[in-house]
Amino acid sequence: MENQATYNYKVVRQFAVMAVVWGIVGMFVGVFIAAQLVWPQLNLHEVLGFGRLRPLHTNAVVFAFGGSALFATSYYVVQRTCHAPLFAPRLAAFTFWGWQLVIVLAAISLPLGMTTTKEYAELEWPIDLLITVVWVAYAIVFFGTIARRKVSHIYVANWFYGGFILTVALLHIVNSCEIPVTLTKSYSCYAGVQDAMVQWWYGHNAVGFFLTAGFLGMMYYYVPKQAGRPVYSYRLSVVHFWALIFTYMWAGPHHLHYTALPDWTQSLGMIFSLILLAPSWGGMINGIMTMSGAWHKLRDDPILKFLITSLSFYGMSTFEGPMMSIKTVNALSHYTDWTVGHVHSGALGWVAFISIGSIYYLMPRLFGKEQMYSVKLMTAHFWIATIGVVLYIASMWIAGVMQGLMWRATNPDGTLTYAFVESVKATYPYWTIRFIGGLMFLTGMLLMAWNTWKTIAGAKAYDAPVLAPAGHHA
Amino acid sequence: MDQNDLRSIVTVLAFLTFIGIVLWAWSGKRKQAFDEAARLPFSEDDAPAADGARKEGKTS
Repeated sequence: MENQATYNYKVVRQFAVMAVVWGIVGMFVGVFIAAQLVWPQLNLHEVLGFGRLRPLHTNAVVFAFGGSALFATSYYVVQRTCHAPLFAPRLAAFTFWGWQLVIVLAAISLPLGMTTTKEYAELEWPIDLLITVVWVAYAIVFFGTIARRKVSHIYVANWFYGGFILTVALLHIVNSCEIPVTLTKSYSCYAGVQDAMVQWWYGHNAVGFFLTAGFLGMMYYYVPKQAGRPVYSYRLSVVHFWALIFTYMWAGPHHLHYTALPDWTQSLGMIFSLILLAPSWGGMINGIMTMSGAWHKLRDDPILKFLITSLSFYGMSTFEGPMMSIKTVNALSHYTDWTVGHVHSGALGWVAFISIGSIYYLMPRLFGKEQMYSVKLMTAHFWIATIGVVLYIASMWIAGVMQGLMWRATNPDGTLTYAFVESVKATYPYWTIRFIGGLMFLTGMLLMAWNTWKTIAGAKAYDAPVLAPAGHHA
Repeated sequence: MDQNDLRSIVTVLAFLTFIGIVLWAWSGKRKQAFDEAARLPFSEDDAPAADGARKEGKTS
Protein backbone atom coordinates (compact mmCIF):
# COMPACT_ATOMS: atom_id res chain seq x y z
CA MET A 1 0.00 0.00 0.00
CA GLU A 2 2.89 2.36 -0.78
CA ASN A 3 0.60 4.66 -2.73
CA GLN A 4 -1.43 5.37 0.41
CA ALA A 5 1.44 5.64 2.82
CA THR A 6 0.09 8.59 4.80
CA TYR A 7 -3.12 9.48 6.60
CA ASN A 8 -5.32 12.12 5.02
CA TYR A 9 -4.61 15.05 7.32
CA LYS A 10 -5.45 17.74 4.77
CA VAL A 11 -9.18 17.75 5.46
CA VAL A 12 -8.47 17.52 9.21
CA ARG A 13 -6.24 20.61 8.97
CA GLN A 14 -8.86 22.51 7.02
CA PHE A 15 -11.65 21.77 9.48
CA ALA A 16 -9.42 22.34 12.54
CA VAL A 17 -8.36 25.79 11.36
CA MET A 18 -11.92 26.73 10.36
CA ALA A 19 -13.19 25.62 13.78
CA VAL A 20 -11.02 28.33 15.33
CA VAL A 21 -12.17 30.90 12.76
CA TRP A 22 -15.89 30.10 13.09
CA GLY A 23 -15.56 29.90 16.86
CA ILE A 24 -14.41 33.52 16.90
CA VAL A 25 -17.12 34.64 14.46
CA GLY A 26 -19.92 32.83 16.28
CA MET A 27 -18.81 33.93 19.74
CA PHE A 28 -18.33 37.52 18.55
CA VAL A 29 -21.95 37.55 17.36
CA GLY A 30 -22.92 36.10 20.76
CA VAL A 31 -21.08 38.84 22.61
CA PHE A 32 -22.69 41.44 20.34
CA ILE A 33 -26.24 40.24 21.00
CA ALA A 34 -25.41 40.04 24.73
CA ALA A 35 -24.40 43.71 24.45
CA GLN A 36 -27.68 44.46 22.66
CA LEU A 37 -29.58 43.26 25.72
CA VAL A 38 -27.60 45.63 27.92
CA TRP A 39 -27.59 48.52 25.41
CA PRO A 40 -30.68 48.19 23.19
CA GLN A 41 -29.42 51.13 21.07
CA LEU A 42 -27.08 48.60 19.44
CA ASN A 43 -30.03 47.24 17.45
CA LEU A 44 -28.78 49.46 14.65
CA HIS A 45 -30.75 48.07 11.73
CA GLU A 46 -33.20 45.24 11.19
CA VAL A 47 -30.45 43.14 9.62
CA LEU A 48 -28.36 43.65 12.74
CA GLY A 49 -31.25 43.32 15.18
CA PHE A 50 -31.27 40.81 18.03
CA GLY A 51 -33.99 38.68 16.41
CA ARG A 52 -31.95 38.13 13.23
CA LEU A 53 -28.53 37.79 14.87
CA ARG A 54 -29.55 35.36 17.61
CA PRO A 55 -30.15 32.42 15.21
CA LEU A 56 -26.95 33.44 13.40
CA HIS A 57 -25.09 33.12 16.71
CA THR A 58 -26.56 29.70 17.55
CA ASN A 59 -26.02 28.31 14.05
CA ALA A 60 -22.47 29.67 13.92
CA VAL A 61 -21.35 28.26 17.25
CA VAL A 62 -23.19 24.93 17.01
CA PHE A 63 -22.82 24.01 13.37
CA ALA A 64 -19.88 26.12 12.16
CA PHE A 65 -17.59 25.96 15.23
CA GLY A 66 -18.85 22.71 16.80
CA GLY A 67 -19.48 21.11 13.41
CA SER A 68 -15.99 21.89 12.09
CA ALA A 69 -14.44 20.58 15.31
CA LEU A 70 -16.48 17.37 14.96
CA PHE A 71 -15.50 16.87 11.32
CA ALA A 72 -11.82 17.51 12.09
CA THR A 73 -11.60 15.24 15.12
CA SER A 74 -13.77 12.44 13.71
CA TYR A 75 -11.71 12.27 10.51
CA TYR A 76 -8.54 12.18 12.61
CA VAL A 77 -9.76 9.61 15.12
CA VAL A 78 -11.36 7.26 12.61
CA GLN A 79 -8.17 7.09 10.54
CA ARG A 80 -5.83 6.61 13.46
CA THR A 81 -7.91 4.00 15.29
CA CYS A 82 -8.70 2.06 12.08
CA HIS A 83 -5.10 2.25 10.82
CA ALA A 84 -6.49 3.21 7.43
CA PRO A 85 -6.50 6.46 5.49
CA LEU A 86 -9.86 8.12 4.79
CA PHE A 87 -12.17 6.38 2.36
CA ALA A 88 -13.06 8.49 -0.71
CA PRO A 89 -10.70 11.45 -0.12
CA ARG A 90 -12.42 13.54 -2.80
CA LEU A 91 -15.73 13.10 -1.04
CA ALA A 92 -14.01 14.14 2.20
CA ALA A 93 -12.81 17.31 0.46
CA PHE A 94 -16.38 17.86 -0.73
CA THR A 95 -17.67 17.66 2.87
CA PHE A 96 -15.27 20.47 3.78
CA TRP A 97 -16.23 22.83 0.99
CA GLY A 98 -19.90 21.87 1.15
CA TRP A 99 -20.05 22.51 4.90
CA GLN A 100 -18.32 25.89 4.47
CA LEU A 101 -20.88 26.79 1.80
CA VAL A 102 -23.71 25.89 4.19
CA ILE A 103 -22.17 28.19 6.80
CA VAL A 104 -21.74 31.09 4.38
CA LEU A 105 -25.33 30.68 3.13
CA ALA A 106 -26.53 30.70 6.75
CA ALA A 107 -24.55 33.85 7.46
CA ILE A 108 -26.26 35.56 4.51
CA SER A 109 -29.81 34.23 4.74
CA LEU A 110 -30.41 34.52 8.49
CA PRO A 111 -29.65 38.26 8.82
CA LEU A 112 -31.86 38.82 5.76
CA GLY A 113 -34.71 37.30 7.73
CA MET A 114 -35.07 34.06 5.75
CA THR A 115 -36.02 31.51 8.35
CA THR A 116 -38.20 28.47 8.94
CA THR A 117 -38.49 29.73 12.57
CA LYS A 118 -37.59 26.24 13.86
CA GLU A 119 -34.96 26.65 16.56
CA TYR A 120 -31.53 25.28 15.52
CA ALA A 121 -33.14 24.38 12.16
CA GLU A 122 -33.83 27.90 10.90
CA LEU A 123 -32.15 27.43 7.53
CA GLU A 124 -34.50 27.42 4.54
CA TRP A 125 -35.15 24.44 2.32
CA PRO A 126 -32.45 24.86 -0.39
CA ILE A 127 -29.80 24.95 2.36
CA ASP A 128 -31.48 21.97 4.07
CA LEU A 129 -31.03 19.99 0.86
CA LEU A 130 -27.36 20.97 0.66
CA ILE A 131 -26.88 19.90 4.30
CA THR A 132 -28.42 16.53 3.47
CA VAL A 133 -26.02 15.96 0.56
CA VAL A 134 -22.98 16.97 2.61
CA TRP A 135 -24.09 14.79 5.51
CA VAL A 136 -24.58 11.71 3.32
CA ALA A 137 -21.08 12.28 1.94
CA TYR A 138 -19.77 12.55 5.51
CA ALA A 139 -21.43 9.23 6.41
CA ILE A 140 -19.94 7.53 3.34
CA VAL A 141 -16.43 8.77 4.16
CA PHE A 142 -16.69 7.89 7.85
CA PHE A 143 -18.30 4.46 7.58
CA GLY A 144 -16.26 3.68 4.47
CA THR A 145 -13.10 4.25 6.51
CA ILE A 146 -14.41 1.97 9.27
CA ALA A 147 -15.19 -0.69 6.67
CA ARG A 148 -11.58 -0.68 5.40
CA ARG A 149 -10.04 -0.79 8.89
CA LYS A 150 -6.96 -2.93 9.48
CA VAL A 151 -7.87 -3.83 13.06
CA SER A 152 -10.69 -6.06 14.23
CA HIS A 153 -12.21 -3.75 16.87
CA ILE A 154 -14.10 -0.55 16.21
CA TYR A 155 -12.83 1.78 18.92
CA VAL A 156 -15.56 3.22 21.17
CA ALA A 157 -14.92 6.82 20.03
CA ASN A 158 -15.95 5.73 16.53
CA TRP A 159 -19.20 4.30 17.90
CA PHE A 160 -20.04 7.70 19.36
CA TYR A 161 -19.07 9.54 16.16
CA GLY A 162 -21.03 7.00 14.10
CA GLY A 163 -24.10 7.31 16.33
CA PHE A 164 -23.87 11.07 16.01
CA ILE A 165 -23.66 10.96 12.20
CA LEU A 166 -26.58 8.54 11.76
CA THR A 167 -28.87 10.24 14.26
CA VAL A 168 -28.25 13.76 12.96
CA ALA A 169 -29.14 12.49 9.48
CA LEU A 170 -32.43 11.09 10.79
CA LEU A 171 -33.24 14.22 12.82
CA HIS A 172 -32.45 16.59 9.99
CA ILE A 173 -34.52 14.72 7.43
CA VAL A 174 -37.60 14.33 9.65
CA ASN A 175 -37.61 17.83 11.12
CA SER A 176 -36.76 19.57 7.84
CA CYS A 177 -39.75 18.04 6.05
CA GLU A 178 -41.22 21.22 4.60
CA ILE A 179 -43.24 22.43 1.65
CA PRO A 180 -41.44 25.08 -0.43
CA VAL A 181 -43.53 28.06 -1.51
CA THR A 182 -40.76 30.17 -3.01
CA LEU A 183 -37.00 29.78 -3.19
CA THR A 184 -36.61 31.36 0.24
CA LYS A 185 -39.81 30.36 2.03
CA SER A 186 -41.26 27.03 3.09
CA TYR A 187 -43.81 25.72 5.54
CA SER A 188 -43.43 22.74 7.86
CA CYS A 189 -45.06 19.43 6.89
CA TYR A 190 -46.47 19.23 10.41
CA ALA A 191 -49.09 21.34 12.10
CA GLY A 192 -49.93 22.44 15.62
CA VAL A 193 -48.66 20.44 18.55
CA GLN A 194 -47.26 17.71 16.27
CA ASP A 195 -45.05 20.35 14.71
CA ALA A 196 -43.90 21.47 18.16
CA MET A 197 -43.20 17.87 19.22
CA VAL A 198 -41.24 17.06 16.04
CA GLN A 199 -39.28 20.28 16.48
CA TRP A 200 -38.29 19.49 20.07
CA TRP A 201 -37.68 15.85 19.34
CA TYR A 202 -35.19 17.30 16.86
CA GLY A 203 -34.05 20.09 19.16
CA HIS A 204 -33.26 17.96 22.16
CA ASN A 205 -31.61 15.24 20.11
CA ALA A 206 -29.53 17.92 18.41
CA VAL A 207 -28.26 18.54 21.95
CA GLY A 208 -28.01 14.80 22.66
CA PHE A 209 -26.32 13.69 19.48
CA PHE A 210 -24.75 16.72 17.79
CA LEU A 211 -23.61 18.40 21.01
CA THR A 212 -23.10 15.30 23.17
CA ALA A 213 -22.48 12.00 21.35
CA GLY A 214 -20.06 13.55 18.86
CA PHE A 215 -18.11 15.35 21.56
CA LEU A 216 -18.07 12.18 23.68
CA GLY A 217 -16.29 10.64 20.70
CA MET A 218 -13.64 13.33 21.18
CA MET A 219 -13.57 12.60 24.91
CA TYR A 220 -12.99 8.86 24.44
CA TYR A 221 -9.98 9.46 22.19
CA TYR A 222 -8.29 12.66 23.32
CA VAL A 223 -8.61 12.21 27.10
CA PRO A 224 -6.88 8.78 27.08
CA LYS A 225 -4.28 10.00 24.57
CA GLN A 226 -3.38 13.14 26.46
CA ALA A 227 -3.47 11.39 29.84
CA GLY A 228 -1.34 8.59 28.38
CA ARG A 229 -3.53 5.78 29.72
CA PRO A 230 -6.44 3.78 28.34
CA VAL A 231 -10.00 4.70 29.23
CA TYR A 232 -10.89 3.80 32.85
CA SER A 233 -13.52 1.20 31.95
CA TYR A 234 -14.10 0.11 28.39
CA ARG A 235 -17.20 -1.90 29.30
CA LEU A 236 -18.65 1.17 31.00
CA SER A 237 -18.06 3.10 27.76
CA VAL A 238 -20.02 0.45 25.84
CA VAL A 239 -22.95 0.67 28.26
CA HIS A 240 -22.62 4.50 28.25
CA PHE A 241 -23.07 4.48 24.47
CA TRP A 242 -26.11 2.21 24.36
CA ALA A 243 -27.77 3.85 27.35
CA LEU A 244 -27.55 7.23 25.64
CA ILE A 245 -28.89 5.76 22.39
CA PHE A 246 -31.84 4.13 24.17
CA THR A 247 -32.86 7.12 26.30
CA TYR A 248 -32.01 10.41 24.57
CA MET A 249 -34.64 9.99 21.85
CA TRP A 250 -37.46 10.28 24.41
CA ALA A 251 -36.41 13.38 26.32
CA GLY A 252 -37.65 16.06 23.87
CA PRO A 253 -41.10 16.68 25.42
CA HIS A 254 -39.51 18.41 28.44
CA HIS A 255 -39.20 21.46 26.17
CA LEU A 256 -43.01 21.58 25.99
CA HIS A 257 -44.10 21.37 29.65
CA TYR A 258 -47.47 23.02 30.34
CA THR A 259 -48.28 23.41 26.65
CA ALA A 260 -50.94 21.79 24.43
CA LEU A 261 -48.80 18.61 24.38
CA PRO A 262 -50.66 15.78 26.18
CA ASP A 263 -49.77 15.46 29.87
CA TRP A 264 -48.61 11.87 29.53
CA THR A 265 -46.10 12.90 26.84
CA GLN A 266 -44.76 15.65 29.09
CA SER A 267 -44.36 13.21 31.98
CA LEU A 268 -42.68 10.67 29.70
CA GLY A 269 -40.19 13.31 28.58
CA MET A 270 -39.53 14.24 32.19
CA ILE A 271 -38.95 10.62 33.29
CA PHE A 272 -36.55 9.88 30.44
CA SER A 273 -34.69 13.12 31.13
CA LEU A 274 -34.24 12.01 34.74
CA ILE A 275 -33.04 8.57 33.61
CA LEU A 276 -30.45 10.32 31.40
CA LEU A 277 -28.60 11.40 34.51
CA ALA A 278 -27.27 7.85 34.91
CA PRO A 279 -25.53 7.35 31.55
CA SER A 280 -24.34 10.97 31.49
CA TRP A 281 -22.65 10.66 34.85
CA GLY A 282 -21.38 7.19 33.99
CA GLY A 283 -19.62 8.72 30.99
CA MET A 284 -18.31 11.67 32.96
CA ILE A 285 -16.92 9.41 35.70
CA ASN A 286 -15.37 7.18 33.06
CA GLY A 287 -13.59 10.15 31.50
CA ILE A 288 -12.41 11.66 34.76
CA MET A 289 -11.29 8.33 36.26
CA THR A 290 -9.10 7.82 33.20
CA MET A 291 -6.89 10.41 34.91
CA SER A 292 -6.41 8.29 38.03
CA GLY A 293 -2.72 7.84 38.60
CA ALA A 294 -1.98 10.71 36.22
CA TRP A 295 -3.51 13.61 38.14
CA HIS A 296 -0.16 15.35 38.48
CA LYS A 297 -0.22 15.93 34.71
CA LEU A 298 -3.08 18.39 35.21
CA ARG A 299 -0.70 20.78 36.94
CA ASP A 300 1.24 21.83 33.90
CA ASP A 301 -0.71 20.51 30.93
CA PRO A 302 -3.28 23.06 29.71
CA ILE A 303 -4.73 20.57 27.19
CA LEU A 304 -5.62 18.20 30.02
CA LYS A 305 -6.98 21.15 31.99
CA PHE A 306 -9.38 21.90 29.12
CA LEU A 307 -10.38 18.25 28.68
CA ILE A 308 -10.97 17.47 32.36
CA THR A 309 -12.73 20.77 33.09
CA SER A 310 -15.00 20.07 30.12
CA LEU A 311 -16.01 16.80 31.80
CA SER A 312 -16.77 18.65 35.02
CA PHE A 313 -19.05 21.01 33.11
CA TYR A 314 -20.58 18.01 31.30
CA GLY A 315 -21.39 16.51 34.70
CA MET A 316 -22.78 19.80 35.97
CA SER A 317 -25.01 20.51 33.01
CA THR A 318 -26.24 16.90 32.77
CA PHE A 319 -27.24 17.15 36.44
CA GLU A 320 -28.89 20.53 35.94
CA GLY A 321 -30.76 19.40 32.80
CA PRO A 322 -32.70 16.54 34.40
CA MET A 323 -33.51 18.78 37.39
CA MET A 324 -34.90 21.45 35.03
CA SER A 325 -36.96 18.83 33.21
CA ILE A 326 -38.97 18.15 36.39
CA LYS A 327 -42.28 19.83 35.71
CA THR A 328 -42.46 21.83 38.93
CA VAL A 329 -38.88 23.09 38.52
CA ASN A 330 -39.58 23.84 34.88
CA ALA A 331 -42.58 25.95 35.92
CA LEU A 332 -40.05 28.29 37.51
CA SER A 333 -37.18 27.99 35.03
CA HIS A 334 -38.87 27.91 31.64
CA TYR A 335 -38.69 31.07 29.50
CA THR A 336 -36.15 32.58 31.92
CA ASP A 337 -32.41 33.20 31.57
CA TRP A 338 -31.78 30.09 33.67
CA THR A 339 -32.31 28.09 30.47
CA VAL A 340 -29.80 30.32 28.68
CA GLY A 341 -27.32 29.74 31.49
CA HIS A 342 -27.88 25.97 31.37
CA VAL A 343 -27.31 25.85 27.62
CA HIS A 344 -24.07 27.81 27.94
CA SER A 345 -22.80 25.68 30.80
CA GLY A 346 -23.06 22.83 28.30
CA ALA A 347 -22.03 24.75 25.18
CA LEU A 348 -19.11 26.76 26.59
CA GLY A 349 -18.06 24.57 29.49
CA TRP A 350 -18.45 21.18 27.87
CA VAL A 351 -18.61 21.44 24.06
CA ALA A 352 -16.25 24.36 23.53
CA PHE A 353 -13.74 23.23 26.17
CA ILE A 354 -13.41 19.70 24.85
CA SER A 355 -13.14 21.05 21.28
CA ILE A 356 -10.49 23.59 22.27
CA GLY A 357 -8.48 20.92 24.12
CA SER A 358 -8.73 18.54 21.17
CA ILE A 359 -7.74 21.21 18.65
CA TYR A 360 -4.72 22.20 20.76
CA TYR A 361 -3.80 18.51 20.70
CA LEU A 362 -4.23 18.32 16.93
CA MET A 363 -2.61 21.52 15.64
CA PRO A 364 1.06 20.68 16.27
CA ARG A 365 0.54 17.14 14.97
CA LEU A 366 -1.02 18.39 11.77
CA PHE A 367 1.78 20.82 11.03
CA GLY A 368 4.84 18.81 12.03
CA LYS A 369 5.49 20.77 15.24
CA GLU A 370 6.37 19.42 18.65
CA GLN A 371 4.13 21.76 20.59
CA MET A 372 1.87 24.75 20.25
CA TYR A 373 3.78 28.03 19.88
CA SER A 374 3.10 29.01 23.49
CA VAL A 375 2.04 26.77 26.37
CA LYS A 376 1.66 29.87 28.57
CA LEU A 377 -0.90 31.32 26.16
CA MET A 378 -2.85 28.04 26.30
CA THR A 379 -2.86 28.21 30.09
CA ALA A 380 -3.95 31.86 29.96
CA HIS A 381 -6.71 30.86 27.52
CA PHE A 382 -7.87 28.19 29.95
CA TRP A 383 -8.14 30.51 32.95
CA ILE A 384 -9.72 33.43 31.08
CA ALA A 385 -12.28 31.11 29.51
CA THR A 386 -13.04 29.32 32.79
CA ILE A 387 -13.67 32.59 34.65
CA GLY A 388 -15.78 33.73 31.68
CA VAL A 389 -18.00 30.62 31.82
CA VAL A 390 -18.43 30.87 35.58
CA LEU A 391 -19.45 34.56 35.33
CA TYR A 392 -21.83 33.67 32.50
CA ILE A 393 -23.67 30.81 34.17
CA ALA A 394 -23.72 32.28 37.69
CA SER A 395 -25.27 35.53 36.46
CA MET A 396 -27.83 33.64 34.39
CA TRP A 397 -28.79 31.43 37.34
CA ILE A 398 -29.49 34.44 39.50
CA ALA A 399 -31.27 36.30 36.68
CA GLY A 400 -33.36 33.27 35.78
CA VAL A 401 -34.55 32.43 39.28
CA MET A 402 -35.29 36.11 39.90
CA GLN A 403 -37.31 36.39 36.67
CA GLY A 404 -39.24 33.21 37.45
CA LEU A 405 -40.08 34.41 40.96
CA MET A 406 -41.11 37.88 39.76
CA TRP A 407 -43.35 36.52 37.00
CA ARG A 408 -45.22 34.17 39.34
CA ALA A 409 -45.59 36.61 42.27
CA THR A 410 -49.18 37.62 42.94
CA ASN A 411 -50.84 40.09 45.28
CA PRO A 412 -53.47 38.92 47.81
CA ASP A 413 -56.19 40.03 45.36
CA GLY A 414 -54.75 37.77 42.66
CA THR A 415 -53.21 40.44 40.45
CA LEU A 416 -49.60 40.18 39.34
CA THR A 417 -47.12 41.87 41.65
CA TYR A 418 -44.73 42.88 38.88
CA ALA A 419 -45.19 44.12 35.34
CA PHE A 420 -42.99 42.25 32.84
CA VAL A 421 -40.89 45.34 32.23
CA GLU A 422 -39.94 45.43 35.92
CA SER A 423 -38.31 42.01 35.55
CA VAL A 424 -36.47 43.30 32.49
CA LYS A 425 -35.18 46.28 34.46
CA ALA A 426 -34.09 44.05 37.34
CA THR A 427 -32.13 41.81 34.95
CA TYR A 428 -29.82 44.54 33.54
CA PRO A 429 -26.96 44.01 36.05
CA TYR A 430 -26.90 40.27 35.30
CA TRP A 431 -26.95 40.82 31.56
CA THR A 432 -23.93 43.09 32.04
CA ILE A 433 -22.07 40.37 33.97
CA ARG A 434 -23.03 37.86 31.28
CA PHE A 435 -21.67 40.23 28.62
CA ILE A 436 -18.36 40.41 30.50
CA GLY A 437 -18.24 36.61 30.86
CA GLY A 438 -18.89 36.17 27.14
CA LEU A 439 -16.29 38.79 26.29
CA MET A 440 -13.72 36.89 28.35
CA PHE A 441 -14.54 33.65 26.57
CA LEU A 442 -14.13 35.41 23.21
CA THR A 443 -10.81 36.88 24.39
CA GLY A 444 -9.61 33.36 25.11
CA MET A 445 -10.53 32.34 21.56
CA LEU A 446 -8.52 35.27 20.19
CA LEU A 447 -5.50 34.05 22.18
CA MET A 448 -6.08 30.64 20.61
CA ALA A 449 -6.17 32.15 17.13
CA TRP A 450 -2.89 34.01 17.75
CA ASN A 451 -1.28 30.89 19.20
CA THR A 452 -2.51 28.81 16.25
CA TRP A 453 -1.25 31.39 13.77
CA LYS A 454 2.21 31.44 15.36
CA THR A 455 2.23 27.62 15.38
CA ILE A 456 1.30 27.05 11.78
CA ALA A 457 2.69 30.14 10.02
CA GLY A 458 5.61 28.96 7.92
CA ALA A 459 5.12 25.37 9.09
CA LYS A 460 4.79 22.65 6.51
CA ALA A 461 1.64 20.58 6.42
CA TYR A 462 2.48 17.17 7.81
CA ASP A 463 0.82 13.84 7.01
CA ALA A 464 1.67 11.00 9.34
CA PRO A 465 2.51 7.58 7.87
CA VAL A 466 -0.17 4.91 8.05
CA LEU A 467 0.64 2.36 10.71
CA ALA A 468 1.53 -1.05 9.33
CA PRO A 469 -0.97 -3.79 10.28
CA ALA A 470 -0.14 -5.64 13.47
CA GLY A 471 2.69 -8.11 13.02
CA HIS A 472 4.32 -6.05 10.27
CA HIS A 473 6.26 -3.76 12.55
CA ALA A 474 9.86 -3.31 11.62
CA MET B 1 -54.34 -6.33 19.62
CA ASP B 2 -54.30 -2.63 18.86
CA GLN B 3 -51.26 -0.57 18.01
CA ASN B 4 -50.73 0.48 21.62
CA ASP B 5 -50.01 -3.15 22.54
CA LEU B 6 -47.41 -3.21 19.79
CA ARG B 7 -45.88 -0.03 21.17
CA SER B 8 -45.71 -1.55 24.65
CA ILE B 9 -44.11 -4.71 23.29
CA VAL B 10 -41.49 -2.72 21.40
CA THR B 11 -40.67 -0.71 24.53
CA VAL B 12 -40.31 -3.85 26.64
CA LEU B 13 -38.17 -5.50 23.95
CA ALA B 14 -35.94 -2.42 23.79
CA PHE B 15 -35.53 -2.53 27.57
CA LEU B 16 -34.68 -6.26 27.52
CA THR B 17 -32.19 -5.62 24.71
CA PHE B 18 -30.51 -2.99 26.83
CA ILE B 19 -30.33 -5.33 29.84
CA GLY B 20 -28.82 -7.89 27.48
CA ILE B 21 -26.18 -5.39 26.38
CA VAL B 22 -25.27 -4.64 30.00
CA LEU B 23 -24.91 -8.36 30.82
CA TRP B 24 -22.88 -8.89 27.66
CA ALA B 25 -20.58 -5.96 28.45
CA TRP B 26 -19.92 -7.22 31.95
CA SER B 27 -19.48 -10.87 31.05
CA GLY B 28 -15.97 -12.13 31.72
CA LYS B 29 -15.67 -13.40 28.15
CA ARG B 30 -15.54 -9.87 26.78
CA LYS B 31 -12.75 -8.72 29.09
CA GLN B 32 -9.84 -9.56 26.83
CA ALA B 33 -11.45 -8.13 23.71
CA PHE B 34 -12.35 -4.90 25.53
CA ASP B 35 -8.83 -4.58 26.90
CA GLU B 36 -7.50 -4.90 23.36
CA ALA B 37 -9.95 -2.33 22.07
CA ALA B 38 -9.11 0.08 24.90
CA ARG B 39 -5.45 -0.01 23.84
CA LEU B 40 -6.27 0.85 20.20
CA PRO B 41 -5.40 4.56 20.50
CA PHE B 42 -1.98 3.53 21.83
CA SER B 43 -1.13 1.01 19.13
CA GLU B 44 0.33 3.87 17.15
CA ASP B 45 2.64 6.65 18.08
CA ASP B 46 1.32 10.03 17.06
CA ALA B 47 3.63 12.04 19.23
CA PRO B 48 4.03 15.52 17.78
CA ALA B 49 6.41 15.15 14.89
CA ALA B 50 9.90 14.98 16.16
CA ASP B 51 12.61 14.88 13.52
CA GLY B 52 12.48 11.10 13.32
CA ALA B 53 8.77 10.98 12.69
CA ARG B 54 9.13 13.65 10.05
CA LYS B 55 11.54 11.56 8.06
CA GLU B 56 9.12 8.63 8.09
CA GLY B 57 6.18 10.64 6.87
CA LYS B 58 6.05 12.91 3.92
CA THR B 59 5.33 16.58 3.93
CA SER B 60 2.96 17.87 1.34
